[in-house]
Amino acid sequence: MYNQEFFLSALIYLGAAVISVPIAKKLGLGSVLGYLLAGILIGPFVLKLVGTEAGEVMHFAEFGVVLMLFIIGLELEPKLLWKMRRSIFGLGGLQVLITAAIITAVALILNFQINRAIAIGLILALSSTAIVLQTLSEKGLMRNIAGRSAFSVLLFQDMAVIPILALIPIIATLGSPANLSDSALNNIGEVAKMPGWLQLLIIIGAITAIVIIGRYAARHIFRLVAETGLHEVFVALALLLVIGTALAMDAIGLSPALGTFIAGVVLADSEYRHELETTIDPFKGLLLGLFFISVGASINFNLLIESPLMIIQFLFLLIFLKFAVLLFLGRMFRLKKGFEFLFAFLLSQASEFAFVLISFSKQNKLFDDQTSGMLLLVVTLSMAISPLLLIFNEKAVSPILERWQNKLEYDEIEEEENPVILAGFGRFGLTVGRILLANGFKVTILDNNPSNVETLRKYGFKLYFGDITRPRMLEKAGIEKARLLILSMAEHENALKVAEIVRKKYPDVKILARAKDVFHVFEYLNMNISNVQRENFHSAAELGNKALVELGLSKYEAYRATRTFKHHEQQVTEELYHHWLEDNAKFIRESRRFEEQVKETLQAEKNYSIHDTDCAWDVDSLKEEAQLKK
Amino acid sequence: MKRILILFAHPAFNKSRINKALIQSIQDLEGVTVNNLYEKYPDFFIDVKAEQKLLLEHDIIVWHHPFYWYSAPAIIKEWMDLVLEHGFAYGTKGRALEGKWAISVISTGGRKEIYGSTGSNQFSINQFLAPFNQSATLCRMKYLPPFVVHGSHTLSAEKLQQHCSNYRKMMITLRDEKCNESVFHKVEYINSIIENNV
Repeated sequence: MYNQEFFLSALIYLGAAVISVPIAKKLGLGSVLGYLLAGILIGPFVLKLVGTEAGEVMHFAEFGVVLMLFIIGLELEPKLLWKMRRSIFGLGGLQVLITAAIITAVALILNFQINRAIAIGLILALSSTAIVLQTLSEKGLMRNIAGRSAFSVLLFQDMAVIPILALIPIIATLGSPANLSDSALNNIGEVAKMPGWLQLLIIIGAITAIVIIGRYAARHIFRLVAETGLHEVFVALALLLVIGTALAMDAIGLSPALGTFIAGVVLADSEYRHELETTIDPFKGLLLGLFFISVGASINFNLLIESPLMIIQFLFLLIFLKFAVLLFLGRMFRLKKGFEFLFAFLLSQASEFAFVLISFSKQNKLFDDQTSGMLLLVVTLSMAISPLLLIFNEKAVSPILERWQNKLEYDEIEEEENPVILAGFGRFGLTVGRILLANGFKVTILDNNPSNVETLRKYGFKLYFGDITRPRMLEKAGIEKARLLILSMAEHENALKVAEIVRKKYPDVKILARAKDVFHVFEYLNMNISNVQRENFHSAAELGNKALVELGLSKYEAYRATRTFKHHEQQVTEELYHHWLEDNAKFIRESRRFEEQVKETLQAEKNYSIHDTDCAWDVDSLKEEAQLKK
Repeated sequence: MKRILILFAHPAFNKSRINKALIQSIQDLEGVTVNNLYEKYPDFFIDVKAEQKLLLEHDIIVWHHPFYWYSAPAIIKEWMDLVLEHGFAYGTKGRALEGKWAISVISTGGRKEIYGSTGSNQFSINQFLAPFNQSATLCRMKYLPPFVVHGSHTLSAEKLQQHCSNYRKMMITLRDEKCNESVFHKVEYINSIIENNV
């Protein structure tokens, strides 16, 4: 087979993931640890299924981090980002500076040369975006105040990578001058060699370009592609957008993750946001998984076996120093009630950027083989131990804190989520939505027809283009926090599927649904969903009411007659439902559906006479009695 | 033990203070059925047969509502118009309610002093309630003196609490037949019987 080797490795990586991640999750260890263990398992020290190429795989898989930041950008509107400026630059800036300074000082005490010590400090000050963000989203902590703070710090670190990359060659010349190799400089790209003001101009230009394209051009392109109805083209477009941005950023020496993050933020208030998120999400997940596996596979156990004590000492020293600084800063920035511990445990590992920075430093002759090998091992181990630290926090630290402070109040920081999700905003859903909006309720509206979305947007409705049948979409729409899910879409079978999923996964969410006909109503009743409305019954009854008026009934008489008929119809429907339950085979759903319905309805109607509810207003018996008394 | 049916009507229940509290103070009582008419029939489409069945299942009928324009909110009148059918509730053959008791429970914004010949409202509460009294009588029911909460706009939480506990006591008294029928003739409001009973 063509490219057999590639598929063989794919088989190994995928197999390892499919086996270990579910086991790890079952054991409550989280997916990151599962992936890491899978990596160790298939790595050169256990099963030897993959060799040293794990390092290359890791570089490829780092793209998962880029995708992740794009998705996070999508969830952050510019307004929100602006609100976070204090924690990004204050908390993030202080974290990098203080941690770098302290680690440098400790390295000096451990007899490292000054220039090496500074490089080590800078490199190890960073934390792992991949691990932290994956953990945050898995545990639903993205909106938690500790999660938000951690994210701010990571965002600043992402920006800090650029100056650190620029600093390393300069630091390398500090201690022992003139051993800076040309090849090393070449690696940091053409732009880095240009004068500072020109670099700045290029960077500003690039970001402006992202903003302008994202704001004004992207919407039209998305619409054109979405209207083709070919989902794979939309997928291609989404990937094209992210990869393009990443490459452009790389070319001008900016972090690709940062660039796609900005692109994400720009698209955050676009109506295609949900669709983009659900499209990119599986790629992100797979690549991050691959990344964690390759981290696991590249742990150098030889080095660990040679000098286990020293490595473990360094490892714990690193985690302790980072943890202490983070805890201090967390307190300073008003994280309380255990959130400061969560924050500190979250960020206490080293970053995947460290892999790049360490090898870059090695190229610059700043580190020798032994130092870089050791650093790499400590970095990797700190990442591997990170999920365990969080479990430790969850199981040991926070229960103690909880006892101290009576209880953790998680609610106070939770962002308000819309109580209603409305799926389908066409002829039917529009009315439902307008009633809710007119009464001041906040509604998350989804529709899967791009031109409909486009039209309604012009009238000021905020709605998203998306397909509610995809489970991820439901999550993104906030189903977990919603009180009501209204299925007002025209795709009746899909609506039933969604109802079934939501019933199972989110039993607390109330479902209201639009039904095509009585049989469709029955399907919902079977799921214990009784808030169902037939899409045409009431309109037809209203027209019948108008006809009665034209035929000479007074308006109130006609109203009462129609209302009585609706009541009667309800009784008939209930009767019919019991028939349907008893003898399902009689109602072969796909064939002759309408005829079947008419026949059954009329049959059931025979059992009910329309009781004249209004007889008290026109009492013949009273007249008779009066006559008798006379 | 007698069974009590409360025909409750308040068109803005969530905004009501007095009647919400009153209803909440008795809704858990055994033998008491709260029939919230506006909640059950938001479009006034009253299920006559179902309502008549409820009447047959109870011994004491309570019309509980705020006092709107010296009478009841519209749905109570609609209910009377439709449910108290000739041949069921009244007429030579209409004896379904015979011997049952009926009582009005009302809340008014005005103080007690303004009701009566010297007050600005000219008539007493019992005069205003004449249609309820006579409707009950036509249906061969005994109409008890009403339970009245006056001055509802300015009622203190304490006073309200007192009314609630009195309401509850009244329900229990009627349900368990703890008082002599003769005492009803002597009082203007049933409140005084309950208060003196303490």
